[in-house]
Amino acid sequence: MTLPNTPPAQDWAALAEDDRVASSMYTDPALFEAEMDTIFNHTWVWVAHASELPQPGDYVTSWVGRQPVIVQRDRKGEVHVLVNRCRHRAATVCEGRKGKAASHVCPYHGWAYAQDGSLRGVPYQNGYAPDFDKSKFGLKALRTEDYRGLIFATFDDTIEPLSDFLGNAKPWIDLFLKQGGGFPVKTMGEHRFRFPGNWKIQLENTTDAYHFPIVHRSFIDSLDEQAEETFTFLGGTGKVEDLGNGHSVMVMIPELVDLEENLDAPIPDRFKALAEELAKTHSPEEVARIVRAVGGTGFNINLFPNVACSMAFFRVLRPVSVEETEIRHICLGMDGGPEAANRMRMRLHEHFQGPMGFGSPDDAEAWTRVQRGVHGAPDVPIMVNRGVGLETTSENGLPVGDVSAETGMRAAYRQWKRMMQA
Amino acid sequence: MTTTLEKPTAASAISLADACELIWLEADLLDGRDYPAWLALWTEGGIYAIPTEPGATDLAASLNYAYDDAAMRAMRVERLTAGHAISSTPAAATVRTVSRFRVTAREADAIEVRCAEHVSEYKFERARFWAADVEYRLVRVDGVLKLDRKVVRLINAGDALAGLSYLL
Repeated sequence: MTLPNTPPAQDWAALAEDDRVASSMYTDPALFEAEMDTIFNHTWVWVAHASELPQPGDYVTSWVGRQPVIVQRDRKGEVHVLVNRCRHRAATVCEGRKGKAASHVCPYHGWAYAQDGSLRGVPYQNGYAPDFDKSKFGLKALRTEDYRGLIFATFDDTIEPLSDFLGNAKPWIDLFLKQGGGFPVKTMGEHRFRFPGNWKIQLENTTDAYHFPIVHRSFIDSLDEQAEETFTFLGGTGKVEDLGNGHSVMVMIPELVDLEENLDAPIPDRFKALAEELAKTHSPEEVARIVRAVGGTGFNINLFPNVACSMAFFRVLRPVSVEETEIRHICLGMDGGPEAANRMRMRLHEHFQGPMGFGSPDDAEAWTRVQRGVHGAPDVPIMVNRGVGLETTSENGLPVGDVSAETGMRAAYRQWKRMMQA
Repeated sequence: MTTTLEKPTAASAISLADACELIWLEADLLDGRDYPAWLALWTEGGIYAIPTEPGATDLAASLNYAYDDAAMRAMRVERLTAGHAISSTPAAATVRTVSRFRVTAREADAIEVRCAEHVSEYKFERARFWAADVEYRLVRVDGVLKLDRKVVRLINAGDALAGLSYLL
């Protein structure tokens, strides 16, 4: 039995039109409450990558909307996503960010839960009547599925399988994972930051190439001439494609879509030293494959509502409150790959991401300005109409805009609207 | 275990007072955002690092907030001063204190010092505060004491951190 915990239904869906959304989308606390339930409790939400918990017993703590969860691998290797809340009086049973746990024991009264969330131990159980049934008081478990190591969970047992939800995004995820350079992709640490703004500002940004030369001028200025040319993609032949279900892909650098093609292309100057080092221990074919993969892909996949496969890293958003959002930029590497290549990937990640990166702080500043500005003239809409009237249709029958079109934002808001009017 | 204060044994060894003088000079240059002078304090092979995990050891093989060689330091200074980065234009004002110095190792022409750093930051009606253990390796090159390694270990390194428009 679920207790009612949300305000009465309103016509939230009317706030999003095809080419614009209302300013209150970023500011209304009641709308935020409705989103946390209607969207985050009823769709697939990314919780972890399998490489974050490689061994039996490994766990990470994560979030589904505002709900804290434990992503736990049991001794047989199966992954469970469990609400991090004791079934007795609600204390969290795990405060670590990651680690190994044979069980989770509540610090308050000692209720002990197995790796699959089942309640195993209750201290002084004779204080409960004989019909107290431990099997009814396991940690609340979420439906959990993964696609190629990307682990998603949902509270909704009635929605489609994850594979159907990802749909047209799956071939793009397959392409994204080619940056393992012949090795599985693994996580290698992360940068986390918060900004005082609504979560949808970040959701939009992953599919926004238009801001890149403006906000990221200082990053572009720091690159060598060749790399600067690679990152000057506005006006190029890239695209933004609606993939359905709120997902989209933005191709910024078309020549870096399939990292297993063009392996005989010349090695960019910035990777030449790495190629020389790898050549001492690897065949020319391996060197070509690893070096082509080391800088990541040339596209961002935006997966509604909370994760993006963004060029070379995972970008995960977590709504904290209507005007606060936490973002994780998870660094990716080659599991079992050459250390020199993984070091280079970390240095590239540090170059753009994190509180001292040459990119992320400027993004955060721009988004903070959006949240400050949206309190002015609240009757004026937020425009996401760039590219409307100029789009073509993909083989999936969905809109495709040029690289700077706001096609991906419109895709996300269409899914938002579908869910909010349900 | 008895802890003793280590003293230089040779007259030519680098004293803690010499080390403090350089570290305080660096702190003053950073608060004054005199970055060209700061760059000149470094050895050619010096590394400036800020780990993402408080206990990280092999920093080259770990993800950091910064892991800067000479080229990256120069690029970072360019970013902070060129006026094209909206997050650092204007930069926050900072006031820092560095104290609790302790010598952790000493060689003929090198000294390693660990100390505490507190940085207060102010911008746009908002003050923030950082605390870190800082590990220095200082070396004498042609008679001049230089920064060869600086590792800033923020006590909250593993948390969500907002952007820094200056150097720690």
